[in-house]
Amino acid sequence: MTATRLDPSAHALPGERLVRVGCPAHNCGGRCLLVAHVKDGRIVRIEGDDRSDDTPADPQLRACTRGRAYLRRQYHPERLLYPLRRVGPRGAGQWARISWDEALDLVAGEMRRVRETYGPGALFVPYGTGSYSQLNGSQVARRLMNLSGGCLGIWNSYSWAAINVATPTVYGTLQTGNQRQDWLNSRYILLWGWNPAEMRDGTNSDWFVKLARERGARTVCIDPRMSPSAVSLADEWIPIRPGTDAAMMTAMAHVMITEGLVDAGFVRTHCVGFDASQMPAGCEGEESYRDYVLGTRDGVPKTPAWAERITTVPRATIERIAREYATTKPAMLYQGYGMQRRAFGEQVVRAGCVLAAITGNVGIPGGWASGLANQPDGGCGWYVFPAGENPVKASIPVFLWSEAVLRGKGMGAEHGVQGAERLDSDIKLIYAVATNCLVNQHANINRSVEILRDESKVEFLVVQDQFLTSTARYADVVLPACTQFETWGVEDGWKYGEEVLLMPKLVEPPGEAKSDYRIGAELAERLGVGAAFTEGRDERGWVEWCLDEYRRTRFPDLPSLDAFEASNTGLHVKPVTRPAVAFAEFRRDPEGHPLDTPSGRIEIFSKALRDLGRPDAIPAVPKYIEEWESPFGPEAARFPLQAIGHHTLHRVHSTHDNNDWLAEAFPQRAFLNPLDAAPRGIADGETVKVWNDRGATVLPCRLTQRVMPGVVDIPEGAWWAPDAAGVDRGGNINVLTSERWTPLAFGTAQHTAMVQVERA
Amino acid sequence: MGARYAFRFDQSACSGCKTCQAACKDRHGLPVGVLWRRVYEVAGGGWKRAGEAWHSDAFAYHLSLACNHCAEPICAEVCPTGAIARGDDGLVRIDGERCVGCRYCAWACPYGAPQFDERSGTMTKCDLCAADLGAGRMPACVSSCPMRALELVTLEDGTDAAGAATFPLPDPALTSPGLVVMPHRDAPRAGPRTARVANREEVAP
Repeated sequence: MTATRLDPSAHALPGERLVRVGCPAHNCGGRCLLVAHVKDGRIVRIEGDDRSDDTPADPQLRACTRGRAYLRRQYHPERLLYPLRRVGPRGAGQWARISWDEALDLVAGEMRRVRETYGPGALFVPYGTGSYSQLNGSQVARRLMNLSGGCLGIWNSYSWAAINVATPTVYGTLQTGNQRQDWLNSRYILLWGWNPAEMRDGTNSDWFVKLARERGARTVCIDPRMSPSAVSLADEWIPIRPGTDAAMMTAMAHVMITEGLVDAGFVRTHCVGFDASQMPAGCEGEESYRDYVLGTRDGVPKTPAWAERITTVPRATIERIAREYATTKPAMLYQGYGMQRRAFGEQVVRAGCVLAAITGNVGIPGGWASGLANQPDGGCGWYVFPAGENPVKASIPVFLWSEAVLRGKGMGAEHGVQGAERLDSDIKLIYAVATNCLVNQHANINRSVEILRDESKVEFLVVQDQFLTSTARYADVVLPACTQFETWGVEDGWKYGEEVLLMPKLVEPPGEAKSDYRIGAELAERLGVGAAFTEGRDERGWVEWCLDEYRRTRFPDLPSLDAFEASNTGLHVKPVTRPAVAFAEFRRDPEGHPLDTPSGRIEIFSKALRDLGRPDAIPAVPKYIEEWESPFGPEAARFPLQAIGHHTLHRVHSTHDNNDWLAEAFPQRAFLNPLDAAPRGIADGETVKVWNDRGATVLPCRLTQRVMPGVVDIPEGAWWAPDAAGVDRGGNINVLTSERWTPLAFGTAQHTAMVQVERA
Repeated sequence: MGARYAFRFDQSACSGCKTCQAACKDRHGLPVGVLWRRVYEVAGGGWKRAGEAWHSDAFAYHLSLACNHCAEPICAEVCPTGAIARGDDGLVRIDGERCVGCRYCAWACPYGAPQFDERSGTMTKCDLCAADLGAGRMPACVSSCPMRALELVTLEDGTDAAGAATFPLPDPALTSPGLVVMPHRDAPRAGPRTARVANREEVAP
């Protein structure tokens, strides 16, 4: 058997033009290269990265199934073609086509009216990740707002709320990750709730784990669901009850402490708060991490037997994983993000970081500090496009937008308001660009739409998108935006990856659709800030501006736009031959290179958190805290199953739900263990109703051994489709989720939801 | 007959992401319901409770299949109009002019490769991207795989296709497929009594 040597390069058929282009970015976690075949003004085919070399330092950026199936979205018959104005009650789905002039005059007029009536803090541009190129997406709307008087600001994200806030409480930074090429140096990798094979988390992250395994690393996946990563990247899968990961982590610490497996030297020189010998000044005599784990204060030793009852993971397994992780060095404990989108989601983040610290895996090649793991050389350079400065200093956590609609005026720090003592207005106007977060992706859809239906609250809602999404259905005016193949754009390698990807305009938009930027510019003109908004540039001009900015900051060898475009490479790469290791200098010299924490060290005990005075919700050391909805609470009598919603390759969040090739590949199903189905009389493939006091969704089920008993898994992002009785028929998990937020980060806890399942 | 083509599939690395399937559909412009390449999910095992603890021996793995361009193609044998033939280049092709869409080949093929296309009323299937291959370029599925788990190899005549009996695949002696599978760690545990194709609706629309 011999491997055939074939040429990977793309090849144009007669009449076709090949253009290398960054895949339209919808916050999937990857950034990939496509080769578009363009013929007679239409994209006829899409290939992937066709470079001949494919090395760890500079790997091909192979697009996933969503990128390769993109044309089914691009040329979908339901693309929005014209501006629409609502003619019936909000949400009733009655529309009239209007002209762009009418639409933009109306939107600009409402912006002016609301600003004059309620002040700029009454205007709001919500979180949205439907478009993520520098030139397309909500940052364009933000620039418009900022130049025309400002709007209520936002902080944090839906994806990474708890981890964004909890990571710095331990390390003083979000840049806790080694570059991925360093994973090849690891000997043991815990994929803890981490599923790069499906949610990607950087193009090639799954492939880098594969390379680490080929170099001898043992890999263990801990997840309530046997994810594609558990199947293809892990030597072993350990199912764990959702929301209890911090309990298993704590019991692992118990094993390490009682068996002498803690890296005592590293803890002594680099950490604070591990035990009584290193408590911060003013906290002497308080409960240290060691006290909590051993139960010296609360009388509850956090043994593997204790954790077994909570997590359902056998105690022997917990002991074995603790020993493996503590003694196989260097080792990585990579935390996924789903488990921090839960009640008290901050705890699991801090608990994971502490395990990395007490095993001495921080600051070394092949190790991993846990936490958010942005890149030590900068990483995550999302926005170079200048949104400008917001004259309104007040901002709210993104997840609390509905609170600011209901009772914004007077809202303060207790709701996570930053930059102002109190908000001076409710939200009265929403300009939603490239976001489905008001309805489809926000918690508790039935509550959200009830709020939006009330025209006395949000007085004007304009939605700008490519399809009539669940959010757009509640708009007063819908503005049709073009796709990223229909305008100029540029993107970078997101969290991982050292690339700049060019996104040249390939084809004209359909109907009257326009780019987000063009719409922003035309609104700016009406608001009297047209010249300030455009600075004389069109989309391509701003791409040139962004390239200059990249060249100035991270990519000194980046070519000019003309040369970049003429090369038709689509990307510019900085190969990683010597991967950076986070905290390497701190490791070597903790006194000379202290962390940006109050103590300068890794804060196992955080005095800052302790000073918040809420030990039950925000303890000073990471703890397992029983969730506010759980199998242990009284709610479990009526709603005994935990609902989780994984990221499916059918979609990027809600984007691509209407893509028929992807629906064929990954039909929307409720995944249920046969042990839960049998007593309910549910057979494989039957239609089931999943419900709780917040709502109900009806969809076909698939019985699978890959979801642990007690859990129903409904992939997030399906388009909400209520029937006449208000029961969702689209399989949207957010009719079940709660709007309650995490205590420290004010982040989403949507994965914490108890439900019942029955035959529909 | 000399060397012949075979797909070499690293089952351990396949995550079931179906990028190969989408790349194939894009390359050949296939409608919903026509899957020249399909990805099977095989799953088995179960759960036992001991006190509060769950013990599971559940397992799963994937199988990405197109047409294996068998050395002894049973599809060609059963075709009543002689529309299917194996060429000198080792590729098994369906002649759309002669095919009457009777689907005998689909019933006979143990790999589910022939697919009825309503647009033409004929059977269609993977042609190994023959136009590309003839010019020395990779089939779309092979170059697409994000895990680099799919390769095109050449088998010397007479060599067995290793690992191609992984459940639920048939005995390779039946058709001598051009398929090499590097089995997933759990594949030896799987059989008709211990495992099943868990995503049947996705591979046989």
